[in-house]
Amino acid sequence: MINAPHSVLGLLEPLLLALVNTVLISAGAFVVAVTLGLTLASLRHLVRVRAVGVGIQIYVEIFRNVPSLTHLFILYYGLAYAGLRLGSMTAAILGLGLIGAATLSEVYRAGLQSVPQGQVEAGLAQGMNPFMTFRLVVLPQAWRVALPPIGNYGVQLIKDTSLVAAIGAPEIMFTARNLVVNSFETTLVYVLTAAIYIATCMPLLVLIQTLERRLVVSR
Amino acid sequence: MSEPLLRVTDLHKSFGALEVLKGVSFEVRTREKVAIIGPSGSGKSTCLRSINYLERPSRGMIELAGAPVGQARRTDGSFKLMSDYELARQRSHMGMVFQLFHLWPHLSVRENVALQPRKVGGLSKGEAYALADEVLKKVHMSVKADEFPDRLSGGQQQRVAIARALAQKPQLLLFDEPTSALDPELVGEVLTVIRELAEEGRSMVLVTHEINFAREVADRVIFMDGGVIVEEGRPKDILVNPKTARLQQFLRQMHA
Repeated sequence: MINAPHSVLGLLEPLLLALVNTVLISAGAFVVAVTLGLTLASLRHLVRVRAVGVGIQIYVEIFRNVPSLTHLFILYYGLAYAGLRLGSMTAAILGLGLIGAATLSEVYRAGLQSVPQGQVEAGLAQGMNPFMTFRLVVLPQAWRVALPPIGNYGVQLIKDTSLVAAIGAPEIMFTARNLVVNSFETTLVYVLTAAIYIATCMPLLVLIQTLERRLVVSR
Repeated sequence: MSEPLLRVTDLHKSFGALEVLKGVSFEVRTREKVAIIGPSGSGKSTCLRSINYLERPSRGMIELAGAPVGQARRTDGSFKLMSDYELARQRSHMGMVFQLFHLWPHLSVRENVALQPRKVGGLSKGEAYALADEVLKKVHMSVKADEFPDRLSGGQQQRVAIARALAQKPQLLLFDEPTSALDPELVGEVLTVIRELAEEGRSMVLVTHEINFAREVADRVIFMDGGVIVEEGRPKDILVNPKTARLQQFLRQMHA
């Protein structure tokens, strides 16, 4: 069990290569979550039909009340067993994206509800149809309320991609575990992994805070 | 006599069990200024908001220049609710000014005024901005065109809101207590603008608590109470010599 001591650089290289996949999964899931979440919240806001609201609420509750890992296993192993085999990267993006859409649809919903009814009436009274009013008056205002939590969700998402190691997507945590098995440098590998997460997430948080400030100052 | 610009016929409106309008009928002729006064809860605001269907009447008809608002005539002569698209077109002919202004905070003053002409009226950005600058001049707000609404006083915001309504080139202006949310010292500047519009000969319906202003500007005053029109006539008649006890009492309270 005697191993040659591993250099920090030698360990860092595979981790940084895996970071590419972490970023890919995060970006993919983020796009799915942001667009699907907005679609769900907008539908619910615009189509005041009970069945639509109930359907979307069921979607939200399913994804909010079941652990992410369970969803990932259903998508990856469950669907494969049923005959639909998704790649681990695809399953990871889809799974995290669908979960994020549920989270973000509630964020958007709060943003949409924060716009006073008088704002809508001012649009309708001018002869804008309901969809125009939504697009030109409600959405831009809701967006400002929703943007900070969306940013925080994005950072949370990067950390949550570590979960998809469990379905074999070759991101940082998956790679770290393999490195530990091969090198026995347990402490070093996981500390390096943590450092990479910090180096990725912290600049993003700073960026988000800057944007938030800009949003408050300018309009 | 020619067709009235606005005809309101037998307007009823209930919110649940509460009947707010109990059959209101009146007409507004082109270039006519009509003021609606009355105590809180008399239904005057609901009545105004029914004219452009921000409130959907429980019963009754609204017609603008002979064309029904909110309802479309079926081929068999009966009525159904208008499509959103048709209703929007009818609403675009009526400019509305709200008690709480409701300017859009994410748009500059100029953009607030130019939005409807661009998106509904089909003007180019340049044309709409030129129109915005023109109507902002009318309300004496040209210097604030690039500001955002939250940088303006209440009186300034209301004047921008009036400019926004004017930019629609409306056939009829609807004012819903336009000075009720303003600090007393800001009321005058808004009333001045409305007076100037009245002098231009614009048709308007004005719900107001400003009795003196109604007397000065309106061709006709409608006094509402309990969801019905109690008394109506020329201001110098009904405000000086009210016939009904209810209007007499209301005017005493307003002047007290």
